[in-house]
Amino acid sequence: MNKIIQLHTPLTKEDIKDLNIGDVLELTGTIYTARDAAHKRMQTALAEGKPQPVDFKDQLIFYAGPCPTKPGRTMGSIAPTTSMRMDSFVEMTFQLGMLGMIGKGDRSDFVPELCKKYGGVYLLSIGGASAMISNQVKTCDVVAYEDLGTESIKRLQVEKLRLIVGIDSKGRVFQSEQIQKYKR
Amino acid sequence: MTRNMDTSEVIEVIADLCKKACYELNDNLIDALKKAYTQEESPYGKDTLDLLIKNAEYAKQEQIACCHDTGTAVVIMEIGQEISWSGMPLVEAVYAGVRKGYEEGYLRKSMVRDPLDRVNTGDNTPCVFHPEIVPGDKVHITVMPKGGGSENMGAFTTLVPAVGEEGVKDFIMKTVEYAGGMTCPPIIVGVGVGGTMDKCAWLAKKALLRPIGERNPVPHYARMEEELLEKINDLGIGPLGMGGRTTALDVHIEYFPCHITALPVAVNLQCHASRHASAEI
Ligand code: SF4
Repeated sequence: MNKIIQLHTPLTKEDIKDLNIGDVLELTGTIYTARDAAHKRMQTALAEGKPQPVDFKDQLIFYAGPCPTKPGRTMGSIAPTTSMRMDSFVEMTFQLGMLGMIGKGDRSDFVPELCKKYGGVYLLSIGGASAMISNQVKTCDVVAYEDLGTESIKRLQVEKLRLIVGIDSKGRVFQSEQIQKYKR
Repeated sequence: MTRNMDTSEVIEVIADLCKKACYELNDNLIDALKKAYTQEESPYGKDTLDLLIKNAEYAKQEQIACCHDTGTAVVIMEIGQEISWSGMPLVEAVYAGVRKGYEEGYLRKSMVRDPLDRVNTGDNTPCVFHPEIVPGDKVHITVMPKGGGSENMGAFTTLVPAVGEEGVKDFIMKTVEYAGGMTCPPIIVGVGVGGTMDKCAWLAKKALLRPIGERNPVPHYARMEEELLEKINDLGIGPLGMGGRTTALDVHIEYFPCHITALPVAVNLQCHASRHASAEI
């Protein structure tokens, strides 16, 4: 496995352009959650010429919907959801300035192309490791669409959130390359 | 002898089972993950399995959800036929138990009231309730929280009888390969063969409750399970779809007689967060 790269937000395209598939990252700083329902509202806002709830310029979007937080803990269980459901929104979010996405699972064939076109990345977190990952979140604030509950947009401060580069800005895909290695 | 029960007696039991299922993965599963860890060849895969084992231990210790997607609650209730119920409608008591468990347990509320208008019900009800009448005077309840990631990748088909076992295996392999990393592997593959469309899907879901490592008692189904398990792991999908030798922990097939024209097959996939808890009243 590649050595661990420490990444701190704020980030720019320059900071992520040399990341390669399979690189292991520890991310510290600010990220935003958004999943199905939030993306849909962002799309509607765009179509109606209304402002976006958050400035996504140079931000990472975490496809995640956490559990409520138990008293005495900082964050409820949290880990990525299946990214493919957001594939149809990828170009829109790149056009809004998004730097990359954090999720789990494979993407449609056009997503690597979009990463290449916009110089963005797709980062993998571990689906279902939600109790452990909640320890990497230091603060959580709902910043938009509060009525969506778990699906609202939240600003998270994360510390050493462990990620693996799934699609790099050259449009290469980590998973398909690895699967070939272990196929018999 | 008739046993009299008030339906409200199930509320507390179901609430506790919702919490327990989401907090504590069972030993059968943990042992299978540990075994997979020792056999995994991919460093990413090994790392992932190690994290999943630690995650399970940590969730249990802290009494928090091991996975954030605490799912649709599937409640299976085997009701002894000697029981006579009074009180509120049983289904309402079941929903009340789920509501209480998800609220008190800080579990995620993931149900929308209508698949098209998509407004969250806010309390994770309704659940999917399967009552079954069995001999005796006991109530046996299983709560199975089923996350979306793996549930969404299940599939059903009706084959022509002529394709036989090969056709069935082919459909299972295609379903698993298409699901790839989206179901949070390592997975358990639940298969229903036979019955009607509804019966077949239900067999596939129930197959997921069988302990890992246990074979179907009918030899040709046991053989198919073993063959499929090997072929699925040869796909190379690996833990979380990042490549590796562990794609499935087991394959469980259940069958039921069917119509002369039919060969229905349902595949219900279960992610590594295979959660279920049971109790008897
Ligand atoms: S597929 Fe399973 S482990 Fe993965 S996020 Fe969904 S419920 Fe959790």
